[in-house]
Amino acid sequence: MLYALLCYNDEATVFAWSKEEDDAVMGRLDVVHQKWEKSGKLKPSLRLLPTSAATTLRKKDDAVLDGPYAETKEQLLGFYIIDVESLEEGLEFARELTVANPGGAYELRPIMLYNPGSPVEQR
Amino acid sequence: MADMAWIDAALVSARPQAVAALLRYFRDLDLAEEAFQDACLRALKNWPGNGPPRDPAAWLIMVGRNAAIDVTRRRAKQAPLPDEDQLSDLSDTEAEVVQKLDEADYRDDVLRLLFICCHPDLPQIQQIALALRIVSGLSVKQIARAFLVGESAMEQRITRAKGKVAGAGVPFEAPDAVERGERLAAVAAMIYLVFNEGYSAGSDNDERAAFCDEAIRLARLLLRMYPAEPEIMGLLALMLLQHSRIAARYDKAGNAILLEDQDRSQWKRAPMQEGLALIEKGMRLRRPGPYQIQAAIAGVHAHASVASETDWVEIEGLYRALEVHTPSPVVTLNRSVALSKTEGPEAALALIDPLADRLDGYFYFHGVRGSYLKELGRSKEAREAFNRAIALANTPSEAAHIRQHLDSLSAHK
Repeated sequence: MLYALLCYNDEATVFAWSKEEDDAVMGRLDVVHQKWEKSGKLKPSLRLLPTSAATTLRKKDDAVLDGPYAETKEQLLGFYIIDVESLEEGLEFARELTVANPGGAYELRPIMLYNPGSPVEQR
Repeated sequence: MADMAWIDAALVSARPQAVAALLRYFRDLDLAEEAFQDACLRALKNWPGNGPPRDPAAWLIMVGRNAAIDVTRRRAKQAPLPDEDQLSDLSDTEAEVVQKLDEADYRDDVLRLLFICCHPDLPQIQQIALALRIVSGLSVKQIARAFLVGESAMEQRITRAKGKVAGAGVPFEAPDAVERGERLAAVAAMIYLVFNEGYSAGSDNDERAAFCDEAIRLARLLLRMYPAEPEIMGLLALMLLQHSRIAARYDKAGNAILLEDQDRSQWKRAPMQEGLALIEKGMRLRRPGPYQIQAAIAGVHAHASVASETDWVEIEGLYRALEVHTPSPVVTLNRSVALSKTEGPEAALALIDPLADRLDGYFYFHGVRGSYLKELGRSKEAREAFNRAIALANTPSEAAHIRQHLDSLSAHK
């Protein structure tokens, strides 16, 4: 079974870290990453840019909103990784998804760091 | 020890919101600051054992408020205070208070606090010092060191600034939409001042270079509260893009390296990507302003992996737009640099010649003019311009840079 392991923390705190503090945390995480990557169990991992860089496309009225997706009655159900030329193209992609998928919203959140890890193979 | 580091980071990030709310209650900068200090001390005692509260800022506001009420009671000062019976039992009321302290409250409080620090009656340096003291919580010693003045002199300046603010009768009610817009612009300008203090510090003043990080942190805070303000996106983007070049901006001797000569592999990817993402978002809203345009110019440079790939046509157009929003001879001078790349030095020279009177005392004007004249083979005039620039140079490295141009002129002769 593939799992998505989602990281949560207070953004205001994380982005108040100095470079040294950030590097220290990333260094400690790297030790864990390397161990699990060796066993072939670590698949792609990524770090997102802050929510302020996010844009949300809401299906209901085709509204494009600044900032992150936040509607407490909806849950995160999955995510895509897309490689597009611009935010506009990303929104076009998201629009096509909303046509195929009733309700909800899609958040476009730029990726800050992307490690491919070991190849993914559904078991 | 790792716990303490976490608490420290949480206190730093909650500070603007907490101090701002305490200022609303007590309407006194000193008292609000003391109250926050008290709350921090209690957090250091309480959080390691009990774990972090759900909303650190709300916790600090509540505890700080209680502490300061005790203080004011002792001092028997007259101040409008909130109902006490709501404040007594911490654990029961936390959830309720957290709900009350919604984003709208935070927004106005933080904006008010930042606005107070950029009070127009204060000289810029005092605005910056006050913001760093009150909003960012730097010690007077740290600020004094950064500005290379004595601690007591800085203490005096900050005290004077606080006195002026207290005497100015700052209104504490929530600002209306128009006023909020004006305040937001003033606050953005103040944050950019803090950034520029750090950015222009050079490679030899790490203390002041840290102002850049602080300004970026404040802009993030502001953007979190005003997520759809394109100029705040632009401001944050501009600072992130400029700051992403930090490692490439100076050589080993501490001399500034021009943008076109920088080793672009040293530009940091993450802040650059974030800046570019924010520009894109801002531009979609179709309300361009000076920060967005300047950020877009920085963004065009960021897109070029080598200097020769720079899209100067795009940059020239962006400077044209900037001239419309903030007309200034310096903006025109900058546009001329882009024009010299797209249409040649003659067009660039024609653009800046009418500015000669207004920019006669400006180092950069004569330096740029000299380089156009040099390109056109008008060596004698170029030499005169370079000599004028050297006379106006602010730093030895500026002068040294122009001297290189002069030397190359002599070499060609």
